[in-house]
Amino acid sequence: MELALNWYLSLSAVLFVIGVLGVLLRRNAIVIFLSIELMLNAANLALVAFSQTFGDVNGQVLVFFVMSVAAAEVAVGLAIIIALFRNKETVNVNEINLFRG
Amino acid sequence: MYDFLLPDMGATAPILLVALIGVVLVVVDSFSNDSASIPWLSGAVLVAAITIELARVGVTDSAFMGHVMSGGFASFVNVVILLGALGSVILSVPYLSRTGHNFGEVHALILIATAGMMVLANAGSLITLFVGLETMSICLYVLTGLVRDNERANESALKYFLLGAFSTGFFLYGIALLYGATGTMMLSDMPAALVETGRTGFFAGGVALLLIGFFFKVSAVPFHMWTPDVYQGAPTTLAGFMSTASKTAAFAALILVLGRILPLDDVGLDTRHVLAIVAAITMVVGNVLALAQRNIKRMLAYSSIAHAGYILTGLAAGALGYAGALYYLLAYTVMNIGAFGVMSVLEWDGKQGAEQTIDSLAGIGSRKPLLGVAMGVFMFALSGFPPLAGFFGKYFVFAAAVDAGLTWLALIGVLASVVSAYYYLRVLVAFWMKKPEDAHVSVQSAAFDVPLFSKVVLVACVAALIALGIVPGFITEAAGAFFVTPEATALLP
Amino acid sequence: MLTDFVPLFLMIAMALGLAMSLLKLAEWLGPKRPRAIKASAYESGMDPVGTARDRYSVKFYLVGMIFIVFDVEIVFMYPWAVSFRHFLANGGGLGSLAVISVFVVILLVGLLYDIKKGGLDWD
Repeated sequence: MELALNWYLSLSAVLFVIGVLGVLLRRNAIVIFLSIELMLNAANLALVAFSQTFGDVNGQVLVFFVMSVAAAEVAVGLAIIIALFRNKETVNVNEINLFRG
Repeated sequence: MYDFLLPDMGATAPILLVALIGVVLVVVDSFSNDSASIPWLSGAVLVAAITIELARVGVTDSAFMGHVMSGGFASFVNVVILLGALGSVILSVPYLSRTGHNFGEVHALILIATAGMMVLANAGSLITLFVGLETMSICLYVLTGLVRDNERANESALKYFLLGAFSTGFFLYGIALLYGATGTMMLSDMPAALVETGRTGFFAGGVALLLIGFFFKVSAVPFHMWTPDVYQGAPTTLAGFMSTASKTAAFAALILVLGRILPLDDVGLDTRHVLAIVAAITMVVGNVLALAQRNIKRMLAYSSIAHAGYILTGLAAGALGYAGALYYLLAYTVMNIGAFGVMSVLEWDGKQGAEQTIDSLAGIGSRKPLLGVAMGVFMFALSGFPPLAGFFGKYFVFAAAVDAGLTWLALIGVLASVVSAYYYLRVLVAFWMKKPEDAHVSVQSAAFDVPLFSKVVLVACVAALIALGIVPGFITEAAGAFFVTPEATALLP
Repeated sequence: MLTDFVPLFLMIAMALGLAMSLLKLAEWLGPKRPRAIKASAYESGMDPVGTARDRYSVKFYLVGMIFIVFDVEIVFMYPWAVSFRHFLANGGGLGSLAVISVFVVILLVGLLYDIKKGGLDWD
């Protein structure tokens, strides 16, 4: 059974939009971060779908890189969020406002 | 079957060398914590890489089946990036030692970030573009949040991280759409592949998302919000590194993308126009907001936004402006490394200069004439005062814009730089015209020792700005050659 | 048709049999000294009863982060392992081994750094 490329792309676009809206609307740093991961995985889905359709392996190679990059981002991002939480006891981005101007 | 590996590794030697020493520094640091040899090693490898690249500016080549470029344009950009990294490493050692944060990891991260920048700037395919961008960005997130126990550093690291990762999402989706439109990852194959597939809708969407990602990274308005907070909260010398080397890398990659996958005028998306409008808004907003700043590092951050606008003006002019933009990137790297270097020496509050306002600098010029003169040269160069390098940088990009028929854009640029002179010169007024007694007591009691190595870097920056100003043709001819020689035009249509 | 799946059924039967027999064996042979903490449900070191909003030690994050970073690197080794026979047949066996070794050495450097900096010390 062959699913049409359009279905994959539609799902990927929906996921991407959900991710973008999550970043823009949510105020918890960790939830924002989750939404960003959703955006990356939406792009991964599109890449794999294209790669499958073209019969070209390059798209999947990039997906591997994205996965490992995302893991590194998780490590760094969580470390930054924890360091901030230790000092400020909050991860709400509305309360993070030391800078002015 | 691995015959290609050795020659390709030779062609990308500077990148591999810098990355290798970055990994070696991690080993050195784990066995001998914060060893004094680490900065020397990183300085040495940067000098070695610069030497190799300088020797290869004349030859254009590519490696790893076209995924990475080397020589020519790539070498020129790499030299600029490496110079920025070298200056930052030398200035960082005394600065971070003073604040007690001269960790060995800092130098490993700087080297690995530099390797990522070079991969980004030399990218021949979308894969290397993404990997380079992320290698650079992730290291920079860590460097921003280096001072773990400082709330401001935490906050700017979080902002940089969240917004940077957000822009990466757009960038990656743009890559996915470009791949979907053309079926290839290689930048140089894209125009032909697009004609074959005819999926211009995907292509236009991909270019738009990719541009959003780039605008974030070069801090163009309206994607500039993170810049002032990050530069103010990050350690000063590392903010200098971010504002120069990473910007150079992102602009070089943007030139590659624009040069290779355009002309796409037949796609229904006029990128020249988009670039011109973004450039105009960036110049105006950056300069106007800089006027209102009291904090010097924030002011420099807005100034760096404005300079991104000037460089975008060059890019909007198309192939005509690329050489000017490259010259501008070199001049901008030298003057900004210098300006952030002076600020790092003058930091008296131990909070990454968060409280370093114009008033705190009153009368520094008479107390420390060397710093005063150096800062004077950097400020004049940033405002585009002839005969310093900053003037010729602006001249080249604006002249290209006029040649390309964008006179209105050049006019906005010239007016914006006139406005910018106000806030640059205000720093000099504080330096020279005010009495040291006007400054806060804690500033008056600070000694402001200038270490020998910092002096060397600052003097070298001043000398380079004057030299680049006296013989600008040398660089622009070298830079222009990348866009007219037969090999280069094959790479950059 | 159904006979094609015989190996699969065999494998399922063996897996179930092995797992259950090992559990039973442990029950018969193992010494039993139940204590409150042993009798509680396994929750990866957390207290299984109590509010879900409890704070827990930041050490979990550190180990979790290190785990994620090293865990995901398998995505680069898996394709290599799958195509290794292809490399061997084309006379690139040693070369591909060298290439993946470079990758593993870089990972080892990271592990070494973790150990030396005390990232894996629990206390």
